[in-house]
Order: sequence, then structure tokens, then C-alpha cells
Amino acid sequence: MNTVSLALRNLLRNRRRSLTTLLAMMVGLVAILLFGGYRSNIIYGTQTGFVQQTGHLQVQRRGYFLDGGDNPTAYGIANYPQLIERIRQDPELAPMLAVVTPTLQLGGIAGNFAAGVSRSVMAIGLIPEDRNRMYQWNDLGVVSYAKPLPLAGAAEDTVIVGTGVARRLNLCALLDAPDCRPGRAHTASDGAALPDDIAALTAVEKASPQPAGENRIEMLAATARGAPNVASLNVIKANNMGIKALDDVYMVMHLAQAQRLIFGTATPQVTAILVQLHHTWQIPAARARLNALLAEHFKEADLEILDFETLNPMYRQTNEFMGSMFSFIALLIGVIVLFTIGNTMSTAVVERTAEIGTLRAMGLRRAGIRRLFVCEALLLGLAGSALGVLCALIIAYAINHSGWSWTPPGYSYAYLILVRVGQDLPLLVGSVLGMLGVTLLSAWWPARRAAKLVIVDALRHA
Amino acid sequence: MHPVSLHQVGKTYRLGAVDVPALSDITLDIHQGAFTVLSGPSGSGKTTLLNLIGCIDMPDRGKITVAGRQVQSMPDDALSDFRARHIGFIFQNFNLIPVLSARENVEYPLVLAGVAAPERRKRVEALMDAVGLSDRQRNLPAQLSGGQRQRVAIARALATAPPLVLADEPTANLDSHTGAEIIALMRRMQREQDVSFVFSSHDPQVHAAADEIIFIRDGRITGIEGGRA
Ligand SMILES: Nc1ncnc2c1ncn2[C@@H]1O[C@H](COP(=O)(O)OP(=O)(O)OP(=O)(O)O)[C@@H](O)[C@H]1O
Ligand SMILES: [Mg+2]
Repeated sequence: MNTVSLALRNLLRNRRRSLTTLLAMMVGLVAILLFGGYRSNIIYGTQTGFVQQTGHLQVQRRGYFLDGGDNPTAYGIANYPQLIERIRQDPELAPMLAVVTPTLQLGGIAGNFAAGVSRSVMAIGLIPEDRNRMYQWNDLGVVSYAKPLPLAGAAEDTVIVGTGVARRLNLCALLDAPDCRPGRAHTASDGAALPDDIAALTAVEKASPQPAGENRIEMLAATARGAPNVASLNVIKANNMGIKALDDVYMVMHLAQAQRLIFGTATPQVTAILVQLHHTWQIPAARARLNALLAEHFKEADLEILDFETLNPMYRQTNEFMGSMFSFIALLIGVIVLFTIGNTMSTAVVERTAEIGTLRAMGLRRAGIRRLFVCEALLLGLAGSALGVLCALIIAYAINHSGWSWTPPGYSYAYLILVRVGQDLPLLVGSVLGMLGVTLLSAWWPARRAAKLVIVDALRHA
Repeated sequence: MHPVSLHQVGKTYRLGAVDVPALSDITLDIHQGAFTVLSGPSGSGKTTLLNLIGCIDMPDRGKITVAGRQVQSMPDDALSDFRARHIGFIFQNFNLIPVLSARENVEYPLVLAGVAAPERRKRVEALMDAVGLSDRQRNLPAQLSGGQRQRVAIARALATAPPLVLADEPTANLDSHTGAEIIALMRRMQREQDVSFVFSSHDPQVHAAADEIIFIRDGRITGIEGGRA
């Protein structure tokens, strides 16, 4: 017959009202948790994707990220093999490292000049084996959409392009597109006819006999000395890059091939060194150590370190967008729950005025009355939280096993709809604590009013 | 020593601009171990006087001494604890806690007073037996008749063995036969437990049972009659 059992009995006495309140709390909590789970799935998924693609940290020449995207020669890192070696050998960094790999990004024009078509592309020169290891990073345990690059182990002239590029270059064999007809020239080519000297260059490159079944294209780029250079490439795959703008310009080649195209026989350089860590939370420590290394050994190279959030502004934008949506929904539901419980408790106080007077006359202190009503609300809050969490977990399980998918705006393929409720402890704990906080807050005023009732007035309230 | 002494006590209610004097210049001693009845017409101030004696209302003027303590200046928590230890209440509308069973209602004041569970059980058992409700202990108030409820209320008021029990028209909501039974029960319990009983009533059969009758009219004491004492 302590406060808790008294509170519980009073709740059970008004079963319908308690249930309605409970239901409101449950629905509110389920909404918060499902949206929160959806949000963390998107954020973790986005983070995983970016970390797989760009690593956690990149070492670049200062200014390259903002100004040098299409000028690899002006922002090249010449002594990159030493730098990579330093990073890999550093006793402080080494335990944190998953992958350290160089990359060279370049712009150029890819042409299927035989078909009279061409388009400008952003090509990434990389070491496929390293990248494939980066794609395996899944510290957050999400559904990973990364597929290994088939460049690994393939000849040095092999490349992969986005499906947009493949379509443009009439590489129909690589596309699952019924409307693509090989050899069909575009009515309006976006380039003028090739200048004679470049045509000659391509002719030289093409002189080697072309094996049957290959999808050969030429890639035209400016060398470090400003002269044009051409490479003949074998497209082995067209990948859907998800985002159409990227899909239309994307090309991946071997680092050595890219370097030969840009630097010829001169010392090869890269535009960035990708550093992928085991865990995202290691970024500050890794960055500090990298900074120290650069300051000590590579001062004159004028390098800077960028993290994946800076490299991928979309990550932060997604994060902030989802965060503000979540806050808005949580606030809205918090207010609704606040008023629902507040109303329930106020009604209870009014109904039990005579009882309050009786208890006070018998010697229960004001604090005891307050405790009684706060305890009632808290029990409601606990039950509502428990049921809400349970319900959210069940619904989350159902959603995660339903195979629902959707195509996010700007994406060209569908993502599975998943909600991370059970795996997101901060979300669960935060929501439940928030719910209990709202419960306490909403019960506080009615409980206070009950405690402050004038005893004789309360007793007259039959 | 008198369980209750009032010295020149006054209480005035304000209704808008009008002052309603509910009690004026009450000086009064309640005798130890007596069955005292407050008698007077409706609106004469009986309830107000009982509330003051019961320390659930405060006078505007004068001094009230209950069980040797000046109560009109005590802080609220101290006064609550004081009531829990020294005063039992019986109400016209029984005022049992609806979610508690009969025995739990009787036990509740003992919980408030911090009595240990085994002791509580013994005490409740004895009281339920004394009011003749041993077989209805587990019933909720809603499952009891008016007379039974008032019996539970009497047992509850006596649970902590307070020196003073107050009852405001305890029989007003009962038929005259049941009312008479309740009066007889209160009288018996009052003798057995040796407590001072003060209650208000219009009921002539109550007057007959009283040790002392205090007549009150328009907030003033108009006479005190020795009754059978
Ligand atoms: N809260 C209040 N506000 C204003 N006036 C009050 C209040 N309580 C009592 N009164 C007035 O004080 C006077 C005494 O009232 P009280 O309730 O003590 O009478 P009573 O003798 O108990 O009457 P009854 O036999 O009808 O119960 C009445 O005139 C009543 O109107
Ligand atoms: Mg009255």
C-alpha cells in the first residue's frame, strides 16, 4: 500500500482514461523512434558510402579541393610514395589505419571517335585492390551497396564508366537498355571534328590491333606540359553511380594509366592520398598525428588534410536536414504528449479533490500528495515508453523485413527502406528519457495544484 | 489537562465585500475521555469549529491548544504529522479511499504513522473485529453499505489510537436505525479506547448518548449541558 501501488490502483481504476493516455504516448514514441531509426539508417548509410569512396581523411595540396578539381598538374603531390610510407610506418597512426591509397583525378574527353561521339568525363585513377578493400569498410553495420571494382587484376588499359557515359558513347553491349543501338551516330555531336593532330594521335594509339568483343574508347587529356595526350581504353563495365549527375561523367581507371596520360614519362604524381581509418571516431586523433607528420617532414609540399565531411558537403547537409526534421517531429510529439498527460492528471486531481482533502486531514503531507500524482504520471510514462519501444521494435522489424525500397531524389536506383531502432541505443535511451521528462513536466503542475489544495475546501468537494 | 482548549477563537469568511462571521469569541474546553456533541442549527458554525479543532483550518483570532500544543502557528508539514499522530477523522460522506479495500483503509493511517507491518496487521485485525467487519475486510468501499462504510471509517479514525476523534455529522447520510447503530458503536469504541470524541449532530438520539452537549448558534456558544456525564 505504498505510493506506487496506490498510484497503480488509481490508474487501473480509470482504465479507459489511462489507456487513451498510454496510446497517445505509444503512438508518439513509435513515431519518434521510427523516424529516428530511419534517420540514423540514412546518416549511417551515407557515412558508410562516403567513407568507402573517399576515406576518412585525405591529404591534398592546399587549395586543390576548392580550386583545383580539374587541374591535377598544378596540384600534384610529387613525393607521394614517401608520404604514404611515412603514414603506414608511423607507430601512432598504423593501428588506426584500414587503407592508405593514392589517387589521381583528372578531367578529359572520352570519345568513341569511330562512332563520332564524345563527352567530357571526370576520371579517377586509383589502385583497384586498395579501393576494393576500402569498400569493405562497414564499421556501422549498414547495408552496403558498394560492389568491388572489376579492374582489380585486369589489364592496365581497362576502365569502368558510369552508365550515363556508356550510353553517350554508344557502348550498348555494356548497357541493359533496349533503345541503345550500337554504331548509331548522334545527330548533333557535341564536339567539333577532331583537329588533325589529335586525330593522328588517336590513330597511333589505335594502331595496335583491337581484340574482338572489346569496347574501346579513347580518352583525351591535357598533359602536365599542356600538350594533349590520348589513351586508348577498354571499357569493361558500366556502373550505375546512383546520382545521375555523377553517372554522366564518371570514369575509373588504373592509377598507372592515369599517370601515364597526364605525366607521360615524367615523375608521376597524385592529387590526393586517401586515409581510411577503422573507426570514424578516430578522425581527430588521426588528423592531429597526420598534421604533425606533414609539418615535420613535408612542410615545403604545402599539404592540407580534409575530412570526409568537408570532402562530401552532402553528408553534413543530410545530417542537418534529418536532424532538424527529427527535432521538429520530436518537439511536436512532445507537446502533444505533454498536453495529453497534463490533461489526464488535471482531470484526476479534480475528480479526487475530496480524496486529497481526506488524505491531507489524515496527515499526509503536501509532498506526499505531490508524490502520489507524479508517481501516477511516471507509471504511465514508464508503461507508455515500454510499450512504445516494444511496438517500435516490432514495426521496425516488419519494415526491415518487408523489402520496401525507394529511389531518393536525384538517385538513379532504389534503396531498401530500413529503420535502425534496436541498434541505435542513444536514440532509444534519449527518446525514453525525453518521454519520461515530458511526463514529469506535465504531471508537475497538476500535482502541485493538488498538494496546494486548501483541506477544508477540498473536503467540501463531495 | 484538556485534550482541546480554545481561547477567544474567531473565524470570519469573506464573501466578496461581505464579512461572514462563522465563529466569534469561542472559549471552550473539551473534557478528556468524553463524548462531546456540538449541536446547533444549519450554518451555526459546527463544521467550522470542528475543522479548527482538527487542525485542518486556522482561526483568524484566538488560541487553540490540542494535546498540549499550540497549533495555530505550526508550519504545514509539522501540522500534518501532528494530525497523523493525534487526531482521527470521521466524515459525513465516509470518505474512504476508493481504491483501497476495507482493511487497507484502516491500515493507511498506520502506514502514515510509520508503524511496522506485523504491528499494523494485528491492530487492523482487532479493529475490524471490533467494528464487526471481520468478514468484509477485502471488500472495496464501493462494495459496502453506507453503515458498513462508516464502520470502516470509525475503525480507520481509531487506527493510530489518537487521543482525539472528530466526526462531522457521522450519521447524516444513514437511516435512523443504522445511525443509531453507528452512534452505539462510536460510544462503545470511545469507552473501550478511552479517547475523546467530538462530533456535530442535529440528531436527538445522539444527544441522548452524549456526556456533554455544546449548543452553538450564529457562531457563538449559547450553552453547555452536562448530558449524562
Ligand atoms: N468556505 C466558506 N466560505 C464562506 N463562508 C463559509 C465557508 N464555510 C462556511 N461558511 C459560512 O460559515 C458559517 C458556518 O458554516 P458551517 O459550515 O460551520 O455551519 P454548520 O453548522 O456546519 O452547518 P450545517 O449544519 O449545515 O453543516 C455559515 O454561515 C457558512 O455560510
Ligand atoms: Mg456542517
